[in-house]
Amino acid sequence: MTGIEEYIPIVGEPVVEDLKLLSRKLKGKVIQNINSTAVGGGVAEILTRMVPLLNALGIDARWDVIKGGERFFEVTKKIHNALHGRYEEINRYDLDVFRETSRRNIEDMDICGDIVFVHDPQPIALIAKKTDNKWLWRCHVDVSNSYKGVWNFLRNYIVDYDSAVFSAPGFSRKLPIRQFLISPSIDPLSDKNKELPQETIDSVLDKYGVPRDKPIITQISRFDRLKDPVGVIEAYLQVRKTCDCRLILAGGLAEDDPEGVEVFNEVKRKAKGSKDIHILLLPQSDIDVNALQRASSIIIQKSIREGFGLTVAEALWKAKPVVASNVGGISLQIKHKYSGLLCHSIKEAGLALRQFLENPDYAKKLGENGREHIRNNFLVTRHIRDYMLLFLSLYHNDSLVYL
Amino acid sequence: MKYKAKEPFRFYTRLHLSELTGLRAATLGQLLKLIKEAPDSCIYHHTHRFLQQYQYLSCEPPNDFVYWVNEILGERGLGEKLLNIDTIQYSSISELREKIASTIEEHLRKNPLAVFKFSRNQEEFHFIKSISFIIPTDYLVYDLDGFKEILRKVTLDSVYFHVFEARLRLGEKTNDFSNWIDSSLGQKELADRISKLNPYTYTLEELRSKIISLVEENDILSI
Repeated sequence: MTGIEEYIPIVGEPVVEDLKLLSRKLKGKVIQNINSTAVGGGVAEILTRMVPLLNALGIDARWDVIKGGERFFEVTKKIHNALHGRYEEINRYDLDVFRETSRRNIEDMDICGDIVFVHDPQPIALIAKKTDNKWLWRCHVDVSNSYKGVWNFLRNYIVDYDSAVFSAPGFSRKLPIRQFLISPSIDPLSDKNKELPQETIDSVLDKYGVPRDKPIITQISRFDRLKDPVGVIEAYLQVRKTCDCRLILAGGLAEDDPEGVEVFNEVKRKAKGSKDIHILLLPQSDIDVNALQRASSIIIQKSIREGFGLTVAEALWKAKPVVASNVGGISLQIKHKYSGLLCHSIKEAGLALRQFLENPDYAKKLGENGREHIRNNFLVTRHIRDYMLLFLSLYHNDSLVYL
Repeated sequence: MKYKAKEPFRFYTRLHLSELTGLRAATLGQLLKLIKEAPDSCIYHHTHRFLQQYQYLSCEPPNDFVYWVNEILGERGLGEKLLNIDTIQYSSISELREKIASTIEEHLRKNPLAVFKFSRNQEEFHFIKSISFIIPTDYLVYDLDGFKEILRKVTLDSVYFHVFEARLRLGEKTNDFSNWIDSSLGQKELADRISKLNPYTYTLEELRSKIISLVEENDILSI
C-alpha cells in the first residue's frame, strides 16, 4: 500500500505537512463513504486509493457498499445513461425497482458516519436515514445535458443533502444546497503514471510493432464515436502532408457499448493503406498505456464529449505536449497556449499538431508547463486536501474560515 | 546586530476550496452584469486564483476574466485593457470590481458590436467562489534568521496568504511580513522594502526568493 510519505519526493514535504495539519482538524470524525460497487469502475478505483490515504493521515474513513441485484443495476445503468444525455426509456416499473432496492438498503445499511459521503446516484436514496449528521452527495457524472425527468427524480433526493460535489463547473445544476467543485486526480505512483525504464517503453513498442523512426502522435481512448477516432485520423492525414510522423490510436472496447466493434472497424477502414497509422486494441494494461504515452512526441485527445478527460492529465504529467478539444474538464487541465493547445475542429487539431511538430522547443515548454500544472492541481494529494476541506466546510458557512 | 522580536511571527497556511455558484455568462453583457452582482469571494477567485494555480510559470497566464475575453470571445482589445489593470493599486475587492466593470462598460460603449459575441457551448464563464481556510502552522519565529529559515520551508500557499490575502481580502494595509518586521523587530527600512515589492509581477517562488534575498541584504548592511 502506498503511504502518504511516498508522495514527498513528488510534491514536496510542505504539501504533505499541510495535509497532516488539516487531518488534525478532522480528528474524531467518522467519514463513511458509500457507493454501489467495491471493484470495477472509476468510483471504486478512487475510493480504493483515497480511503487508505485518509486512514494514513489518521482520519477514520470507512467504505460501505449497497446491495443491488441485476434488475436494480439495469435501472441505475439507464439512469446513468440518461444523466449523460442519452435517450433511455425509464418506466414506472423501473422506478419501483429503484425505490424497493433503496428501501431494503435503507433498512440494512448501518449509518455510522459523522459525515456520510454518498457517491453517484445508486445509493442516493439513503438520505432518508439522515439524522443530525452531515451528508454529502458526490456526482461523478456530467449531468449538464441530462434528461429532465431523470434529473428531477434524483433532485428530490439531492435537495435533502447538506452539499453536493461536481467535477467541473459546467457539470453542476441549479440546486438550493451548496455545491463544490472538486476535480478528479491521477496517482503519480500508479502503474499508469509512474516513471518507466526505457527498456520497458521499448519492449511495449516492439510488442505492438511500432518503429521509433519518426515522431509519434497518440490518442489513448476506447473506440467510441464520442472520442472521434476518425477525426483524429483526418487531422493526422492533414499534418502528414508536410510532416513525417506516425499515429497511434490505442484503446479498448467498453463491454457495455455495442457500438464499439462497429467504430473499431470503421477506424480500421479509415486507416487502411497507411503503414504509419497503428490501430491498437489494448488489453487492460496500465503499463502499456504508460509506455505508449511516454514513447509519444505528442498526445491528442480530440473528444466530442468528455467526462473529465483524465488521459490529458496523464499525458501532461509525462510532460507531453497535448492537443485536445475544449470539452468537459479538459479546459481545467489545459490553458490554451500555456499548458497545451485547445482545438474545436479537425482543421484546428491539425494546425495545432503541426505547430508542435515544427516547433519542438515550444512543444517542450508547453509540456513542461503542463507537468507542473498537474503537479499543483491534479495529483491525488490535492484531491485528498480538497476532500478534507470539503468535510470541514460542512461545519462552516463563511467564505473565510479560521481553523 | 541580531534583533529579537517583541512578539513572535506565526506562519499560517491558507487552503482553498472552490464553491460553484451556478452563475454563468456566455456574452460580455452577461459577464458585466454578473461581475457587478457576484459576491466579493467570486471576484477574488477569478482575479487571484491563477496566481496559485499557475505559480510555476515564469510567464503566468492572465487572470480568468482576461483569459476568457481573449481566448473565448476573441475581444483582444478589451483583454489588453483588463490585463493592464494594476491590481496592486486597489486596496479592496470592491474597488477592483468597479475598475473591471467600468473597463468592460467603456469597451461596450465604444464597440457596440461586441455585444453580439457569444461563447461556444461548454465555454461559458462560470462564476466560482473561493472559500479560504486559514490554519496556523507549527512554525513560530523570533528573529530574521528563523524567519528566513522557515520562509524557505513553508508552502507557497503560506507565502500567498501572508502577502496577497492579508492585504486585499483581509483589508490589511501591508503584507504580514512587513507588518511584523516593522512592529515587532523595529526594522522599518527592511519592512518598507518588502512592502514596496509588487507581488503580482513575480511567481510565488520568485517572490519567496526575493523576500529572502532582501532579508539577506539587510543582514549584510547591519553587520
